[in-house]
Amino acid sequence: MVDSSPEAVTALTEESAIASLQQEDLSLRYYAAWWLGKFRIRTKAAVEALIVALADEDHRTELGDYPLRRNAARALGKLGDKSAIPSLIQSLECSDFYVREAAAQSLEMLGATAAIPTLKLLLNHGVEATKQVTGRPHAGEPCEAVIEALGSLGATETVPLIEPFLNQPVVKVQYAALRALYQLTQNDSYGQRLVQALDGSDVKLRRIALTDLGAIGYLPAAEAIARCSVESSFKLIALKGLLAHLAPETNLSKSAIRVMNLMDSLL
Amino acid sequence: MTALKELIQAVEQASEPAQLVAAVEALVAVKDKSAISTLIAVLGYNNPTAAIAAVTGLIELGADSVQPLMEQLDEYNYGARAYSIRALAAIADPRVLELFIQSAATDFAPSVRRSAAKGLGTLQWERLNPEQAYPGQQQAMQTLLSITSDDDWSIRYAAIVGLQALAKIPQLAVQIKSHFELQIQNESDAGVRSRINWAQQVLSQV
Repeated sequence: MVDSSPEAVTALTEESAIASLQQEDLSLRYYAAWWLGKFRIRTKAAVEALIVALADEDHRTELGDYPLRRNAARALGKLGDKSAIPSLIQSLECSDFYVREAAAQSLEMLGATAAIPTLKLLLNHGVEATKQVTGRPHAGEPCEAVIEALGSLGATETVPLIEPFLNQPVVKVQYAALRALYQLTQNDSYGQRLVQALDGSDVKLRRIALTDLGAIGYLPAAEAIARCSVESSFKLIALKGLLAHLAPETNLSKSAIRVMNLMDSLL
Repeated sequence: MTALKELIQAVEQASEPAQLVAAVEALVAVKDKSAISTLIAVLGYNNPTAAIAAVTGLIELGADSVQPLMEQLDEYNYGARAYSIRALAAIADPRVLELFIQSAATDFAPSVRRSAAKGLGTLQWERLNPEQAYPGQQQAMQTLLSITSDDDWSIRYAAIVGLQALAKIPQLAVQIKSHFELQIQNESDAGVRSRINWAQQVLSQV
């Protein structure tokens, strides 16, 4: 949900953005990669230029990170072009944590089941990988993004790999595990634990649990979502997620009307 | 000091969130219009539970709350503004028409716009004389129709809810129904399409 938009906003067009990706000015390249994703420029030329940027070696930080690759990986998820999948799978092996995280999220968005074997490798170190790396603001691996991707991609064989993440201290990762395990097993107890999380004391975590429930379409949560103490905009999005799992919209079920009644009450 | 003044003071001096909620509930329970100004102030205290209790109290006080709510509308705190609009929408006094049209069309905060859009559908038009009611209903409908093409799906959703309610007015029903038929074909959001569908279903049963 968070876009890293640069401060200097230059007016771009499709052509100038693609051209910018090949320019010397690194900040302009970085901006162009973000811009192509933000405005959903789905042309072949845009996708190809972003795939090239995924292998960029010019834009590196003092710590050896790859800012341009991060933005390119994020943009490629938004463009919905499956030809980016092999390059994004390679990006899962990048030394930069945030490139791996963005690649996992984008592969999830692209429905890339081919990424499952490589995603699994990122969980090879188990819950150790949720611990923060000394001197850096992030964990060893982007466990939250990887687990969510495995759940969305229907990687049922990864259930035993994901289960240990229910019992480690990083709450966001616990929620990701609950969300994925519900998707992979349809076991009600995982959904119920996310419902309980709506009563938690931290508003940020309540928002995450709410978003997870919407994403998995857990219908028994409808009333608890409507009651939860977070901003109504978040609740409306989560309830709309429940509604989306009840398609088709032309044949309205009682459940759909129940969810819409709750949405109406939040206006 | 009178009992009411003590209750008001308890709200103003509450230092803990739970204490504030209890003080607001006690003040609401006396149903006294001298409490209105204090209840409106609570909407801006950033305590959702207390604010919802205050909204309930303001709604119970009905018509007496309308003028103060409009005058004390918080320009800077959109959360407080959204609560005020919700209270006014529930009271449904048509004096708010101009305010709701402005808020639905142009407020900076989506939550305020959504409440105003829903509220435009359910004003008590019978409180106006017919010469005033008809142009008012037309304005309400035109405002809602114009925001059914907003970029934000939640605004479009709220506009549908408002329009469905307005379609109870026989003079407006035909135009609203034909708008729904058109919008459902061009609507990009599946949730909004579902809501139009439901509105159509309800209206076809009338």
